[in-house]
Amino acid sequence: MGKIHEKYLRMDKMPHIWCAGCGNGIIMGAFINAIDRLGYDKDEVAAVSGIGCSGRITGYMDFNTIHTTHGRALAFATGIKLAKPRLKVFVFMGDGDAVAIGGNHLIHACRRNLDMTAVIFNNHIYGMTGGQFSPTTFKNKNATTAPYGTTDPDFDIAQLCIGAGATYVARGTSYHARLLTDLIVKGAEHPGFSIIEVITHCPVNFGRRNNFESPAQMLLWQKEHGVAARKAKTMPLEDMEGKFTIGELYRSTEIPEYLEEYGRVIQAANEEKKQ
Amino acid sequence: MAEAKLLSGNDACVQGALAAGVRFFAGYPITPSTEIANAFARELPRRGGIFMQMEDEIASMGAIIGASCTGTKAVTATSGPGFSLMQENIGYAAIAEIPCVIINVMRYGPSTGLPTSPSQGDFMQSRWGSHGDRPVIVIAPYTAREAYRETGRAVNLSETYRVPVIVLMDEILGHLRERVEFRDEDLVQEISRKGPEPGRPFLPYENTEDGVPPFADFGTGYRYHITGLIHDETGFPTNNPVEVDTTMRRVNGKLELHRQDIERTQFVDADDAEILIVAFGSVARSAHEAVRTLRNEGKAVGMVRPITVWPFPEDDIRTAAAGKKAIIVPEMNLGQMIGEVERAVAGTVPVHALNRIDGLLITPHEIRDLVEDLL
Repeated sequence: MGKIHEKYLRMDKMPHIWCAGCGNGIIMGAFINAIDRLGYDKDEVAAVSGIGCSGRITGYMDFNTIHTTHGRALAFATGIKLAKPRLKVFVFMGDGDAVAIGGNHLIHACRRNLDMTAVIFNNHIYGMTGGQFSPTTFKNKNATTAPYGTTDPDFDIAQLCIGAGATYVARGTSYHARLLTDLIVKGAEHPGFSIIEVITHCPVNFGRRNNFESPAQMLLWQKEHGVAARKAKTMPLEDMEGKFTIGELYRSTEIPEYLEEYGRVIQAANEEKKQ
Repeated sequence: MAEAKLLSGNDACVQGALAAGVRFFAGYPITPSTEIANAFARELPRRGGIFMQMEDEIASMGAIIGASCTGTKAVTATSGPGFSLMQENIGYAAIAEIPCVIINVMRYGPSTGLPTSPSQGDFMQSRWGSHGDRPVIVIAPYTAREAYRETGRAVNLSETYRVPVIVLMDEILGHLRERVEFRDEDLVQEISRKGPEPGRPFLPYENTEDGVPPFADFGTGYRYHITGLIHDETGFPTNNPVEVDTTMRRVNGKLELHRQDIERTQFVDADDAEILIVAFGSVARSAHEAVRTLRNEGKAVGMVRPITVWPFPEDDIRTAAAGKKAIIVPEMNLGQMIGEVERAVAGTVPVHALNRIDGLLITPHEIRDLVEDLL
């Protein structure tokens, strides 16, 4: 990383609270690399997070940062972006944050297509509260609230966002860190609402209860189960069983960005005023 | 400024907010506050502002806090169930000290209740609705003219003290239309919030003497952190008991330092009254009418009307109550403000409740009857 971390992180806030072996630091590293590549002025970046382990990321990064309430990061971010469109707004959420308590805000943010970039840390578990199953925990996994195995089917976050109308949807992992940087850069450059789902690992509260002996094993699982979207298209469906696609999954430039549309509202209101 | 208009209470709120410089509204449709959203949707784009219909009241509250972080004056409006949903983020705005205004047009509850009927059931919720200790200013107008002026004042108090301010309306006041003649004293001044002092190190949650730290708008070169976790002067989370205590006492104590500026109470024939009525909002209209007719008959009755209902004007009530024969507290709930009145007078004057919870306004007649029984 060279000196990038010194440029973008609040080094006086280290050490961070994340457990040894956690994937969150990898995602934060990929993110600041993306910002560096994008060349954004730190004063012009707003980073908004929800609650949970992922929510702590905003405290460690040297931008305009706000750690909001559980599930509501997108609502706060919407207000920031609309009120000061010049700012580059990035939103950080966990899986419980984004698709359980904040699910309503997520689908509506996708539908509106306001120019922001959201990064969802999907570690398939509620980590900070000690390992309860989330809407993305796979079936038959162990969690503190599922001592006999989970019964709930899981959400596919990326597909959910495509269905809800997001105009840039990508999936990365904490193993494919360079790819993740690329995806964040492309998401930020995309004029509209961008979602980057990151499959990451929680060794302490997910791995330990589900037969992963080490964080490295969890990273290897990502390597073995993440299939490049382009390659997946050529594969027989049965070979994709239990695997997931990574890379850019969806992009549309046909749907207008929200503030562009709102400009029409302002224009119409002013024409009416003149009459 | 002596210009006469026909205005509803809800429309007057919007006009007052716009005059104070509000340029952002986020809300969700709910009776009986919806006309406020309708009016902002019409007026804000004409002024280059943003109207946002969000997916629910929780998001509406989040969006106005976000907008306010950039220095934009922001308002939401709601009623009953929506106000309950907003409470978590109101607590956030209070501890993160982000200015914002919430107009709550009270309807009868709990739950879906009587959506088109008036109530004063949120008197306590407006003060205590979030978890934990949080400061708040609550202002309850009683005419359309006052809804204009007091919503403007709500915006300015919020900006000045970095605190959420609730404008406590009710269905009657929201929906009634009346002739409003604005006078010079109604003029709403547009003010700016206190920013960082150039050349001085910026501490976003500084323990300043006046209890109010300077606010740096997002995107102005001050890269700092805002959180709902309890934080120290730098804005970063802390568990240190001394720092937690310091922050919480400053945040919860700052309004006390400025009570004189925040409080506003109306006294009507209170000095020589034997019977004193303490009322706010629409009920105070009935109380005012009762005082007028009883005075015409030579009966010694008066009214004290808290306009700023929180912080509760206990000194004003105590002073006005001294030596009175009895106090009447009429409310459209089962007795919320009466507890504050009893606390203020501390047993020195008998306090009588007059409550209606059938979805109808307490009438001047009902108040008159009780006054006459007590005289």
